[in-house]
Amino acid sequence: MTAVADPTAGATQRKPAPPDHKPRRNLTPWILLLPGLLWLTVFFLLPILTSVSASVQTGNYDDGFKLTWHWANYGHAISDYGTQYWHSGLYSTLTTVLCLALGYPVAYFIAFKGGKWKSLLMALVIVPSFTSFLIRTIAWETILADQGPVVHVLRSAHVLGLTEALGWTTGGHVINTPAAVVCGMVYNFLPFTILPLYTSLEKIDPRLLEAGSDLYCSTFTTWRRITLPLSMPGVVGGTLLTFIPAIGDYINAQLLGNPNTGVVGQKIEDLFLRQTSGYPVGSAISVVMMVGTLVLVMSYIRKAGTEDLL
Amino acid sequence: MTTLTAPPAAGAGAPAVRRRSPLSWAREHILLVVTVAIFVFMLLPNAVILWMSFNQPVGKFNYVWNHFSTAAWANPCANPAMCHSIGLSLEIGAVATVVATILGTMIAFAMVRHRFKARSGINALLFLPMAAPEVVMGATLAAMFFNTVGPGGLGFWTITIAHVMFCVSYVVVTVKARLAGMDPTLERAAQDLYATPFQTFTKVTLPLVAPGIAAAALLAFALSVDDYIITVFTAGNLETFPMYIWGSVQRAYPAQIDVIGSMMLLGTMAVIALSTILGRVRAARK
Repeated sequence: MTAVADPTAGATQRKPAPPDHKPRRNLTPWILLLPGLLWLTVFFLLPILTSVSASVQTGNYDDGFKLTWHWANYGHAISDYGTQYWHSGLYSTLTTVLCLALGYPVAYFIAFKGGKWKSLLMALVIVPSFTSFLIRTIAWETILADQGPVVHVLRSAHVLGLTEALGWTTGGHVINTPAAVVCGMVYNFLPFTILPLYTSLEKIDPRLLEAGSDLYCSTFTTWRRITLPLSMPGVVGGTLLTFIPAIGDYINAQLLGNPNTGVVGQKIEDLFLRQTSGYPVGSAISVVMMVGTLVLVMSYIRKAGTEDLL
Repeated sequence: MTTLTAPPAAGAGAPAVRRRSPLSWAREHILLVVTVAIFVFMLLPNAVILWMSFNQPVGKFNYVWNHFSTAAWANPCANPAMCHSIGLSLEIGAVATVVATILGTMIAFAMVRHRFKARSGINALLFLPMAAPEVVMGATLAAMFFNTVGPGGLGFWTITIAHVMFCVSYVVVTVKARLAGMDPTLERAAQDLYATPFQTFTKVTLPLVAPGIAAAALLAFALSVDDYIITVFTAGNLETFPMYIWGSVQRAYPAQIDVIGSMMLLGTMAVIALSTILGRVRAARK
């Protein structure tokens, strides 16, 4: 948490920088930094502090909220929404793993076999993002519908019994199941995995791979001993860029799931926007979630050893 | 760029060095098949949107194919509320893009060109908005706005403020990448030729960074126009286009939404095609 406290100190501190090798007016960087950092401090850090205070208030929208140090809100926030925390964690972890599994071959193919089609293929990865993600997510309603192609294929392949047993489908439906939610999430976040993976794979000198095969490595060994270690920054970046938005996502759970696929985000929105006195507990949940995500992400970055992600 | 070195190395090196057993050929084939399948997965929804935009829906919801019709394309604004929400989204996107691009570009210049203390703290402050789940940013902003302007004060400006907040970091990253890849000797050359710092900036630095700034602005605009979660927490009674789509899932989902979705796709493709052609023409002239 110290990393979070630092920026405020940095934004207000205006000590002149030590003399550079080139003569520069020392105030210039701060004049350039100040407006943007002020914006982030007021509209990003301050709200977090406000919501920490809001999380221990009581009241309702008609009479207003008072700071009563009602720590029981945290009790509710943690114990009442166990299923939602479990779902958010499960779906986002599954999504991250699947995105890596699907994204790696695509990024590898474009980087090493793309040839002159490289930029066209990368454009194909990005182009769909320019259509509203909500419309694209709802398109899965059509694809996964009971009359749609996916159910048709499953039915004619007679594997519905198997998918049923695995819990991927329920009663012959694909839409409004946990599988549909994860499918939507993988679809939505796959470009976020592919882009950093591609960037790090593209930097690898193909001659290194040739050297590997010159020294009688199999394709797989070359990949495991050379390509994979060199692409680790992309793996770390890609999984982070997928996991972080995925853990807060409730669009897919809402649009492609059912009432039993509830995730934390849905509860926060519900408490904030539809319940008259839910906003303190909603704030408490978002504080829990933020701290949880931050701890997970920080320990992951520590472990992976890539701190210069930005 | 890299394309200059990569294809000859792969093309010339592969047949000579690697003994092409049928097995390794099959492996390459598997990679190709897998990649094609994943591309189908990624592009399928766009195809479905285009397809369904020509549908005559049976009920209120345009989810199941009925029969061909161009009615939705002939009258995309059949529901004025939808086109109004699109207008609002574009307006917010434009304002947020301009502000975020200016703020972010200034930060990027400071980070790349200047030395100062607290750099890691500032990096953390820039990284956090990208690392925080959207719902958390939305909820915390809502909590602050409730406490200051009250629920009635939410609207155009609270949405725009929120959008600028989450766009700034992405602008910084994009512009920084361009700035860091720039050859610093070009600016030194300009100064050697007696250009003033201002002339150096406007005649050398800015034209070189411009593509990065343009890319950052495009990214900010796309992020702003497409945002749902943070917007819903800061919108009050206003309805942006993503909020309209969200509401449509409950009310009625007309084919017109698919028409707009198709227009977004076709528009993007047209812009890419146009810029590629322009680039070729310019290259041919040189």
